[in-house]
Amino acid sequence: MINYIYLAVIFPLIGFLINGLFGRKIKNEIIIGTIGSSTVGLAFIISFGAFLQTLSLPVDQRANTVELFTWLSANGLNIKFAYLVDQLSLTMSLIVTGVGFLIHVYSIGYMHGDKGFWRFFAYLNLFIFAMMNLVLGDNFVVLFLGWEGVGLCSYLLIGFWYDKKFEKGTTADAAKKAFIVNRIGDFGFLLGIFLIYLTFDSLNFNEVFSKAQSLSINETTFSLIALFLFIGATGKSAQIPLYVWLPDAMAGPTPVSALIHAATMVTAGVYMVSRASILFASAPSIMMLIAVIGLLTALFAASIGLVQNDIKKVLAYSTISQLGYMFLAAGVGAFSASIFHVMTHAFFKALLFLGAGSVIHGMHEEQNIQNYGGLKKYMPKTYATFLIAALAISGFPGLSGFFSKDEILWYAYANGGFIFWLIGALTAMLTAFYVFRLFSLTFLGEERFDHHKVHPHESPSVMTIPLIILAVLSVIGGYVGIPEIFSGENGNLFEKWLAPVYEPAEQKIMHYGFHTHFQEILLMTISVILALSAIYFALYVYTKNKNIAENISLRFRKFYNLLLNKYYVDEIYDAAIVKPIVTGSEKVLWKFTDSFIIDGIVNGVAKIIAIISESIRKIQTGIAQLYAFIIVAGIAAVLLWIIFTL
Amino acid sequence: MSSIPIEYYLILSTFMFIVGVIGVLIRRNAIVVFMCIELMLNSANLALVTFSSYLGNPAGQVFVFFVMTVAAAEAAVGLAIIIAIFRNKMTVNIDEINIFKW
Repeated sequence: MINYIYLAVIFPLIGFLINGLFGRKIKNEIIIGTIGSSTVGLAFIISFGAFLQTLSLPVDQRANTVELFTWLSANGLNIKFAYLVDQLSLTMSLIVTGVGFLIHVYSIGYMHGDKGFWRFFAYLNLFIFAMMNLVLGDNFVVLFLGWEGVGLCSYLLIGFWYDKKFEKGTTADAAKKAFIVNRIGDFGFLLGIFLIYLTFDSLNFNEVFSKAQSLSINETTFSLIALFLFIGATGKSAQIPLYVWLPDAMAGPTPVSALIHAATMVTAGVYMVSRASILFASAPSIMMLIAVIGLLTALFAASIGLVQNDIKKVLAYSTISQLGYMFLAAGVGAFSASIFHVMTHAFFKALLFLGAGSVIHGMHEEQNIQNYGGLKKYMPKTYATFLIAALAISGFPGLSGFFSKDEILWYAYANGGFIFWLIGALTAMLTAFYVFRLFSLTFLGEERFDHHKVHPHESPSVMTIPLIILAVLSVIGGYVGIPEIFSGENGNLFEKWLAPVYEPAEQKIMHYGFHTHFQEILLMTISVILALSAIYFALYVYTKNKNIAENISLRFRKFYNLLLNKYYVDEIYDAAIVKPIVTGSEKVLWKFTDSFIIDGIVNGVAKIIAIISESIRKIQTGIAQLYAFIIVAGIAAVLLWIIFTL
Repeated sequence: MSSIPIEYYLILSTFMFIVGVIGVLIRRNAIVVFMCIELMLNSANLALVTFSSYLGNPAGQVFVFFVMTVAAAEAAVGLAIIIAIFRNKMTVNIDEINIFKW
């Protein structure tokens, strides 16, 4: 199956072409949905086959390259279109196609009756195609192809309902914002790729990484490369300072938020950092920066999530926060922990989003959680699966989120320091709180919607079955990565599986001191207690005693408003960057340079010629005798000149 | 013949030519302008014949025949044009047929 891995990329492309070219003609939603889902399902089967085959190979033969054709060949630059099938890319492609397949199936129910049904599935398939190129690419160019491809699909899908109102504008504005902010990050990424080519004379992963190990290159170069690549990652994976697009990306249909803006695309940055781990490990200062940015993003976004009232906004900030965790893990050198969290997060966050979609679907497009309440009895399946996801993200012991989050916190403590752990654990507590605030406001408490207008109902089984599968995965997904203190030496299967990919990086990373099992268990217990108490507090406040929440918000009025307005970051960006660029473009580039200078020169030349010819044209009288006279006068003048000079 | 000096012939020729030029430039009647052009041609013929006789070279006289032939052809074409214009405009006044300019 490894040699046929390209089929896993081509099937979604075929689905995209069929739905994109003929979907309008097909019309039948069942056929379109089946084509869209089955192509992704086939891609999953192929990836899974390749996974099993790789698993059967000896450890040192697990990284295989599948070459398709030479893409670019120009004077030393030789780019092959090739796929790298190794532990990391297989893990990612299983997540992408697996979760992607479930979300495709869910979308058949969610998008039912939409006039752009075929367009939606075409875009989703195109996204899977691009994402598979991103995770499977064997060099930075194929990776970048996928990187831009997912950015395009993200744009298309955020603005899917392009005429729908969203906040101050339409969804098209949100799509534009996402695209432009991503372009800023992509610019950094491109610079990083150029610098890699300049330094290593190659863009192939194997060559670059082996040269990075063997050649003696100074740390400044490594730092610059790592910094540029990380700027790219902050754009795609919504980290400070480029996270602002992700909350607005919620303008898209909910399955899109689940697939692209929670489970897969936004983890592309984490994947890229993890893939290029050796380059990052060679730049300790950038590693530190990544850890700090990740940590700050996690805390910052979680604090905003505490007070948001739009169900999808809460989840969006939660996603940013969880992505921060992943970068924290990568920054402290725990690359496999970051990918582990990518996986578990894909399960429970996709589940949260799809559950939210189910609620929105059942509540007739209402998204404000203040207008929900008591939905438990109307949507039992959504309620149960949402509860599992909420427990998983809060780090409830035994569920998937617990294992990955705990592993990250532990590495943050072991490699980063106590303060990293402390902020991380605090964020975990905030996470548990806002998720259960969301949960209790939605499913518990008294019903706050208008019974005459809204009739909540459970979603069809085409939507609930993916929820149930994801719920199962959210529960068991963590057991592939049980920490070594419980499972013994080499008991962490996930870490063991990915270890060969990070071996070169591991050698470069400094591990501080020795830590005992006692410390690990103690810290784990503390963070679990924090999370559980936050869950209890949230349930108590939002079901039993809502006055507490109001009192707190009144008491800390200013801070509450600050959070409610998302620290005014959008406003600050608007005033500091967007406004000056827009005014500058209008006043200087358009009104002055274009209209005044360029148009002035062009029109001025024409005007001068017109003025001159206006006066000269009077010579042309049209009287033949005058012309004759001028000829005679000329001859006479020439004759006189000849006579008097010769 | 030889008693008359060459200057006499040349002055007559020059005088005829100048009369022709002035006639072309100032007269308004197309027929008169046309006759003035013939006058200029004939003044040139006179000069050619004079030099031919004085230099004893017959080439000049042969040349005159060519000029007369061309002048005859030109007179035919020119008069035809004038008649065509007259039929169109009912005038041969040059001032009124300045069709070079719209």
